[in-house]
Amino acid sequence: MITPFTPAATRSVRPPGALVIEIEGVTKLYQMGSETIHALCGVRLTIRRNEYLAIMGPSGSGKSTLMNMLGCLDTPTAGRYEFSGKNVASMVDDELADIRNREIGFVFQTFNLLPRSDALHNVELPLIYAGLGKAERMERAHQALEDVGLGDRVHHRPNELSGGQRQRVAIARALVTRPSIILADEPTGNLDSKTGVEIMALFEQLYEKGNTIIVVTHEEDIARHARRIVRLRDGLIESDAAAS
Amino acid sequence: MRRLYYEITESLRIAFAQIRANKLRSALTALGVIIGIVAVTLMGTAIKGIDVGVDRSFSGFGDDVLYVTKWPWKDNSQDWWNYRNRRPIRHDYARQVNEWIADHPAGALKLAVPTANRGTTIIRGEYRLNNIWTMGTSADYSRITRSEMKEGRFFSDFEAHSGANVAIIGYDVADALFPGESALGQTVRIRDQNFKILGVAARQGSFLGLFSWDSMLAMPITTYRRYYRVNDDGEIRVQVDIARMAVARDELRGLMRSLRQLGPEKPDDFEINEQGTVRAQLDPIKNGIALAGLFITGLALFVGAIGIMNITYVSVKERTKEIGTRKALGARRRTILLQFLIEAVSLCVIGGVIGLLVTVGLTAVVAQVAPAFPLVFSIGLVLLALGASLLVGVLSGFLPALAASKLDPVVALRYE
Repeated sequence: MITPFTPAATRSVRPPGALVIEIEGVTKLYQMGSETIHALCGVRLTIRRNEYLAIMGPSGSGKSTLMNMLGCLDTPTAGRYEFSGKNVASMVDDELADIRNREIGFVFQTFNLLPRSDALHNVELPLIYAGLGKAERMERAHQALEDVGLGDRVHHRPNELSGGQRQRVAIARALVTRPSIILADEPTGNLDSKTGVEIMALFEQLYEKGNTIIVVTHEEDIARHARRIVRLRDGLIESDAAAS
Repeated sequence: MRRLYYEITESLRIAFAQIRANKLRSALTALGVIIGIVAVTLMGTAIKGIDVGVDRSFSGFGDDVLYVTKWPWKDNSQDWWNYRNRRPIRHDYARQVNEWIADHPAGALKLAVPTANRGTTIIRGEYRLNNIWTMGTSADYSRITRSEMKEGRFFSDFEAHSGANVAIIGYDVADALFPGESALGQTVRIRDQNFKILGVAARQGSFLGLFSWDSMLAMPITTYRRYYRVNDDGEIRVQVDIARMAVARDELRGLMRSLRQLGPEKPDDFEINEQGTVRAQLDPIKNGIALAGLFITGLALFVGAIGIMNITYVSVKERTKEIGTRKALGARRRTILLQFLIEAVSLCVIGGVIGLLVTVGLTAVVAQVAPAFPLVFSIGLVLLALGASLLVGVLSGFLPALAASKLDPVVALRYE
């Protein structure tokens, strides 16, 4: 199931597909007491289907803000943001919730699983919000868990699973809605390095199978798994290049 | 629509998982609602009980009986002297009314009996009952009263006319004077006269000190007058056709006027009362008790509601990150609102059901221990309890749930 790390030279690069995300002149201001913080100052970024992208930057670079923006958790103060041609910048809460449900699969650093629900129910959750019937939810959740190698752990609760297994459940949950992009925020941040490698291998597999992946990280080792690296500094894109 | 259904079932699942996971906390919070619901429903049974109690107390009178008296059954402080100076209601009127009835079989009047009463002390050996409502009447009385005999019989016409020393006693009197034995054929003493017990009336129950048939003694009116009241004054009870109450009143009034030889210009110098008059006077009292009682017990429920609101706020705070996660996964505001609302409502309804069961239990215990105290359970109370707990859940859960639904997913996800 787990494939070893593939050196950059031998890695396949899938041809980029249709435009998924188009950001232009995006600015985000935060009011911190009397001070206004420019978290993003006019960012321009396009992401296409079949990309495997890493967003890097030190803390305070605007990396988290950009991720929240890409994940439709937040809207820009100014600028244009289109997701699959739809203008996200002007959407209200519930519309954003629907976009997140259908188009984006989140993977968090802290897994964010529901502690009292088993793996299957955790994976099933986004499908409930999508309004899918019980039978289809079950089938797809089982399949997603199968895909991340946890077909035999469906009825385990998070506290009965190892860190790596928990993150796999979280990845299954991200995959289950067949989203346009998978957005992973420091997916290996809470894992030991061996397990981290396993998780990155899983992302590699998912990429090979045709998923679009965005990983937000501050670790070079992790970013190197991606095909393209976007570096942020002080709210601006410092560089945007193919991974070496 | 389907999505809403899935969200509600998911919310219910979460709610019960949450209650299971925080057993002690949920139990303590629900306790507030339980106490509130018990208070409200007990009050409900008591209010219902007042009705039944009044019914019970009045059942001995019969609602098809008109009472001819000197005094009106209402506030009489205004014309006290006027009523006081009226001519006596002679017991022979009963005989005359009955004669009239015999002549007018199509009339609305059916049967008249004379009664007179006072309080007496009844003695049997070392047992002594003070101030027992003692009534003198005719043998026909047994035909117009609603009360049944527990044992024995009412006195006969012959006994009534001959003025025999015989008596019928109420259930409580029999119980007090002859504990654990039959009163039939036994003798009681009133002043210096011995009376043979012919019968014991069946138990009726009483309510809040209202008159009870259970603590009375009845004897022939001839006997009564011989020993206790020499003047010829009392009241006449007339059983009438209940379907023609108004006609009966008119007939009786005309008859009484002619018996008392009142000229057309003279006002009535008697009153015709019916049970309904007294009951009408009790109604505002009853409603007052009900209102005050429900208000006070409602306060207990209000305290319970505050507990629910508080715990829902705590729950929202504790699960802020979970709310963030759910929002990231596509939960809309409505979804989150429903989740916490259903949690609060579930807790309240569970409390309501338990409270209801407690009330049912208490009612059963009270019925066993103090049967005289009327608590009446009804399906309306079940609805009241469930409705009240549902309402409490919605009202107390709404604000915290709304706060949860409005959380910014970015802030909620970052919350530790």
